[in-house]
Amino acid sequence: MMRGCSSRTKIAQNQDRAVCMTNCPTLIVTVGLPARGKTYISKKLTRYLNWIGVPTREFNVGQYRRECVKIYKSFEFFRPDNEEGLKIRRQCASAALNDVRQYLTEEGGQVAVFDATNTTRERRETIIQFAEQNGFKVFFVESVCEDPDVIQENIVQVKLGSPDYTNCNTEEAVEDFMKRIKCYENSYETLDEVLDRDLSYIKIMDVGQRYLVNRVLDHIQSRIVYYLMNIHITPRSIYLCRHGESELNVNGRIGGDSGLTPRGKEFGKKLSQFILEQGISDLKVWTSQMKRTIQTAEALNVPYEQWKVLNEIDAGVCEEMMYEEIQDHYPLEFALRDQDKYRYRYPKGESYEDLVQRLEPVIMELERQENVLVVCHQAVMRCLLAYFLDKTAEELPYLKCPLHTVLKLTPVAYGCKVESISLNVDAVDTHRERPENVNIHRTTQDALQTVPPHL
Amino acid sequence: MNSAPVCMTNCPTLIVTVGLPARGKTYISKKLTRYLNWIGVPTREFNVGQYRRECVKIYKSFEFFRPDNEEGLKIRRQCASAALNDVRQYLTEEGGQVAVFDATNTTRERRETIIQFAEQNGFKVFFVESVCEDPDVIQENIVVSLGSPDYTNCNTEEAVEDFMKRIKCYENSYETLDEVLDRDLSYIKIMDVGQRYLVNRVLDHIQSRIVYYLMNIHITPRSIYLCRHGESELNVNGRIGGDSGLTPRGKEFGKKLSQFILEQGISDLKVWTSQMKRTIQTAEALNVPYEQWKVLNEIDAGVCEEMMYEEIQDHYPLEFALRDQDKYRYRYPKGESYEDLVQRLEPVIMELERQENVLVVCHQAVMRCLLAYFLDKTAEELPYLKCPLHTVLKLTPVAYGCKVESISLNVDAVDTHRERPEVGITHTHTHTHTHTHTHTHGTTELHCASAKCTIMQRITSWNEQVYCKASLLLRLLFEGIFRLLLYRTAEAMKGRRSELNLRRCDKAFVHGAHALPGELSRCPCKAKALKT
Repeated sequence: MMRGCSSRTKIAQNQDRAVCMTNCPTLIVTVGLPARGKTYISKKLTRYLNWIGVPTREFNVGQYRRECVKIYKSFEFFRPDNEEGLKIRRQCASAALNDVRQYLTEEGGQVAVFDATNTTRERRETIIQFAEQNGFKVFFVESVCEDPDVIQENIVQVKLGSPDYTNCNTEEAVEDFMKRIKCYENSYETLDEVLDRDLSYIKIMDVGQRYLVNRVLDHIQSRIVYYLMNIHITPRSIYLCRHGESELNVNGRIGGDSGLTPRGKEFGKKLSQFILEQGISDLKVWTSQMKRTIQTAEALNVPYEQWKVLNEIDAGVCEEMMYEEIQDHYPLEFALRDQDKYRYRYPKGESYEDLVQRLEPVIMELERQENVLVVCHQAVMRCLLAYFLDKTAEELPYLKCPLHTVLKLTPVAYGCKVESISLNVDAVDTHRERPENVNIHRTTQDALQTVPPHL
Repeated sequence: MNSAPVCMTNCPTLIVTVGLPARGKTYISKKLTRYLNWIGVPTREFNVGQYRRECVKIYKSFEFFRPDNEEGLKIRRQCASAALNDVRQYLTEEGGQVAVFDATNTTRERRETIIQFAEQNGFKVFFVESVCEDPDVIQENIVVSLGSPDYTNCNTEEAVEDFMKRIKCYENSYETLDEVLDRDLSYIKIMDVGQRYLVNRVLDHIQSRIVYYLMNIHITPRSIYLCRHGESELNVNGRIGGDSGLTPRGKEFGKKLSQFILEQGISDLKVWTSQMKRTIQTAEALNVPYEQWKVLNEIDAGVCEEMMYEEIQDHYPLEFALRDQDKYRYRYPKGESYEDLVQRLEPVIMELERQENVLVVCHQAVMRCLLAYFLDKTAEELPYLKCPLHTVLKLTPVAYGCKVESISLNVDAVDTHRERPEVGITHTHTHTHTHTHTHTHGTTELHCASAKCTIMQRITSWNEQVYCKASLLLRLLFEGIFRLLLYRTAEAMKGRRSELNLRRCDKAFVHGAHALPGELSRCPCKAKALKT
């Protein structure tokens, strides 16, 4: 559940029939001609939903087709009069839907994204019936676009890299793909305001210029619509870094609200230079409301915004303690944290899971913005990074986010390119790996095995 | 600045409603205004009908709205201009961020006038059109319109008939927002009371939030029940915050609440609690499924958690006084402010809008924030709203507002409400609380138990000087200057919404819900603070 109460919610017991209740699984179905961004949207949406804690998986019918027809010859496969091709494509769609059923009913999935063209009303009707039989809600996401530049860009960015075209040169590939699109065009039945008025859907027109939203049924659909309306494809970069080295860092203490050490201030200056060198137009700078990030941003001599939700994870009773002290005073808590670092909540503090929930507005705004530099904290940066790099809840708390290093994220194709730029200012290491022994009866030595050195 | 006001990221927004009469424009305008103000965006609505009523003292009939009524047309145009003038004043001189221009605006010509007005003044325009042909909905809406001063002297039948003819006057010249002709405008078209939406060219954060909000509200009749947890152990001891369990009386409340809910006979009631023991225990007594929201947890009192007011006065007298001076924005050291609370409660409000019948079992400060949203209370009133224990508030949306019923479940409980005392930082503190306590002292001791608690350090957060480390002489000197500073800022605070400039810069731009991206250049004290 997105509201951070996953482990403690009491949900009404389901009846024996597949009745569509508030918490029944959702099947998102993409609709649109090739090269309209369906897979881009599917992957991004899946990544977002998983990050906020909704188990989601995408099912790309093209993948199934590639497994079935080992070698792609040409667009001829997609011709509407190619009986053999049609048969295979129908089988692949069925296989994918089967896997969807398994994921949503047996594997604990909450949302499945069925990524295919689904351009005919007939195909969509099949899917709707499938969903009804299984008690799934259906939400369509259609992407409509006639801008030839955008379509070209899509083809170049993602299609040419596809396994289908590994052995073609660019020109051939583009030509073949254009003919592939033509195969679908004649039978394309777009979602219609009148004919499809009983369906739940969002129609995205011209890459987000315009949206038509019909019959949003519940919370998750409302969130999906909000998310889709906030993303864009304008090229930009997101810079993530931590504050400069702080006094408490150097003493091996966690949390608190201390100021920068001289080396930390040095980092501020180097960061300022780095930003100038990057020559970014219209860079927004965000910090938390803690001294160390504010001091770091001050060195940049540009306007910046302070977000309270970017504050470091609240370590509750363990604030400002060294790991050694936590082991002394709260050995049980320390062990429990190592057992499940993502969900573990410090007494009177927060968990990574709570952090993700409070960072959601930051992610939403990062999606809306273009070039942004976020000066934050270790746990916060891990959460943001996990969103962009699609890391699981298990990996998230152990992502490496060293001090005095800037991560430059640039969206590319279906993912994110990461560049790690160290600004060459020494700093203490604050990264603590998961120790081998997480048993609550472990020795002090075992517990402190992975604590980084400090004063 | 060039001669033409350039539209920057943080330039004011003019929301313009579009639609025939009885399509819910005023309902939407008022609701949107209430929401935006609650999340901290200064917003005001300008209803042209109001201006017309001031101009034409007595409404005679629909004839006034006939398209061939020259006199009528002239007056209506003048009223629209007058309203736009006030809009300009609000957005440029009175610190407004959003203005909602509520009128039919059904012709492209009228909308063009408004667009030009906005361009001249550097405002962004966002249209909100409501389109509906469902006769039942329109009939329902007309009933609301009948409450207007226009129809005080008519019986219902006459009024409805006249109103229908009024609508007819607009229908012929109605030019709906068109996908092609109006493709360069920013707008949302709401069709059939939210069944369908067409959204075009959302330009910025605030428009995105407005769209999200409009897509989540509905008009299905329902009730929202707000109450606090049952009386807790810490309540009884006059202590704030913490995570204690219920007293026997608190448990009694749980049982009474369960009975009450059954008696209300509510279909499909959702129950929400926080993640603190006392609300969970209360909900447990209801024997129905409930959901726990962490964001419904009580305000974090930071270093003052689990203290009695007397102890806060003892240990942090300055903090205590500052809180009384601006209870909405004051943030407990290492804790939260009401302003922070509102920001974290925004998803709750959004979900409450989506839902139908809901019971929210929460806490005093949280309940005040939620109540302020529904009852359109200001930031000044919010922290003093009365939310006694063992009392349920039933909120039912009606017409343009909210009906409130206060139902006490007749289980005794301690009173936890603390009114605003006579404030000033001269040192007599009395407070109206169960345990009254008068405290006078000569010097205001700034508590220095740990460096992080001192005011000085928080205000000059990027200044390395730690108050406690100064020598005694310097300390006395600092104290003197500091008190003078605080006194002056306290004076400045009276009557003004933005206060304690230094402190504001320190926790400036509580983001997400309040300030808008790109807002920072507006802060007048930012420049000053940067110099320290």
